[in-house]
Amino acid sequence: MSEKPPLSKSFVPYRPISLALAISLGAAVWALVIGGWMLLTYGGRVPEMFLPAPGKVLMTAGRLIADGSLLMHTAASAQVVLVGFVISSVVAVPLGLYMGTYKAVQAALDPLVNFIRYLPVTSFVPLFILWIGIGIEQRVSVIIFGTFFQQLVMIADAARSVPRDLVNAAYTLGTKRSTTVRHIVFPASLPAVLDILRVTVGWAWTYLVVAELVAAKSGLGYISLKAMRGFQVDIIFLAIAMIGILGLITDQGFRLLRRLVAPWAA
Amino acid sequence: MTKSADITVSNVSLRYGSGPKTVLALDGISLDVKPNEFAVIVGPSGCGKSSLLYLIAGLEDRTGGDITVGGAPVDGPGPDRGMVFQSYTLFPWLTVAQNVAYGPRRRGLAEEERTRLVKHYLGEVGLAGFAHHYPAQLSGGMKQRVAIARALANDPAVLLMDEPFGALDSQTRHSMQRLLLRVWDHSQKTVLFVTHDIEEAILLADRVFVMSGRPGQIRKVLPVPFARPRLGDIVLDPAFIAMKREIMGLLRSDEDGED
Repeated sequence: MSEKPPLSKSFVPYRPISLALAISLGAAVWALVIGGWMLLTYGGRVPEMFLPAPGKVLMTAGRLIADGSLLMHTAASAQVVLVGFVISSVVAVPLGLYMGTYKAVQAALDPLVNFIRYLPVTSFVPLFILWIGIGIEQRVSVIIFGTFFQQLVMIADAARSVPRDLVNAAYTLGTKRSTTVRHIVFPASLPAVLDILRVTVGWAWTYLVVAELVAAKSGLGYISLKAMRGFQVDIIFLAIAMIGILGLITDQGFRLLRRLVAPWAA
Repeated sequence: MTKSADITVSNVSLRYGSGPKTVLALDGISLDVKPNEFAVIVGPSGCGKSSLLYLIAGLEDRTGGDITVGGAPVDGPGPDRGMVFQSYTLFPWLTVAQNVAYGPRRRGLAEEERTRLVKHYLGEVGLAGFAHHYPAQLSGGMKQRVAIARALANDPAVLLMDEPFGALDSQTRHSMQRLLLRVWDHSQKTVLFVTHDIEEAILLADRVFVMSGRPGQIRKVLPVPFARPRLGDIVLDPAFIAMKREIMGLLRSDEDGED
């Protein structure tokens, strides 16, 4: 049967589609967006001051790559995200696992965590600036504050959903109660934990821009703000695109990591 | 190296909840299982037979009474009481071989000895070729075979089995019963097996404990007179059918008496 299935077969709920079709559908939507952009700009419908043409953005990209400033600002942003995200995760993963496993830890932390979790991070930015100034520590603090409490709650949920009989089986095989988190809860929730890290690193990028817009001397948020003052929309576009690309890379990185350290999970 | 112990349950009760919502799951239940014996508890669902197994394993706390295994009082779970659960409880992040080696590893056995145990017990359950598979790659019956191997590799004094074949199709179920009897014959462990399937109870047991529910009590203890090995067509034997009928009667009168 080498005959191609009719297209209508691809619109059955949950039915898998061919790789070729998947790629062409994804490319088609991108082509539509860029096509619309070209139509608006080259067609002269929108003044260049508000929406630069694709060619203009590419030229600016070339210029900023050549003088090294794009790389410098991207690296500055990536550093802030990385430091903030790593500090947050290193504490949130073990604490979240204990919180999901031991009711006493949960009872102690839940009321405070759930209070802080709903406070908008942006409202703390003035406070952080007052307390720790406008250095990298301020931006890192915003990232930590934005991701830590979300991570904690989600990781605790993952630990809580470990099947009880998996833990019971471990006990009957000689696992001590004091090592249950290390021997059972941690490996059992590892795939979920990696998924949570993948999702929350995306949030870290959004908080980064918030922090850099307010107080920074470098970074993608900083050059965006500067570009706004000079009506350089092409640079704003470029900064947004860089964040998108970095987000895509980290996302794929976490997917790869999950396949490497948890090959047993689908 | 094989050890085998007796199980003594005397006057054990289990109460859930408190106040007006309290439920008496087990009411002064007593039973004895001898060393090397294959004992089966049969009873309707919700009669507390699984709860009793969890109490012996030390996974739940009894409200009253005493439980000893090999003379030692039960206080919390321990590796002397191996258990095979109704749900699949293989560790999904470990391969089949690593699952079987888990208990010996916790006991601090050397790798050489662990490898020997894994090889022996995977051979016993006929899965020598699947050592490096992950549980997700196995069928339900294979998972339970690995679970049996994993429990036995830890050399427990008793093996507790909570409806381990309940989720399997009848074909697989029958071959699992034969396999379990062969493994039991080789290992000579004390087995306490819980099921709601009367035929399964008679096929496997030295003695059948018929249990009634709400609150759970032992209604009758029946020695099974049939010689081993009990082959497939024994279920058609009039004496077998008579015993099945007797147990059905005991379980039914329980239902009638309830409401």
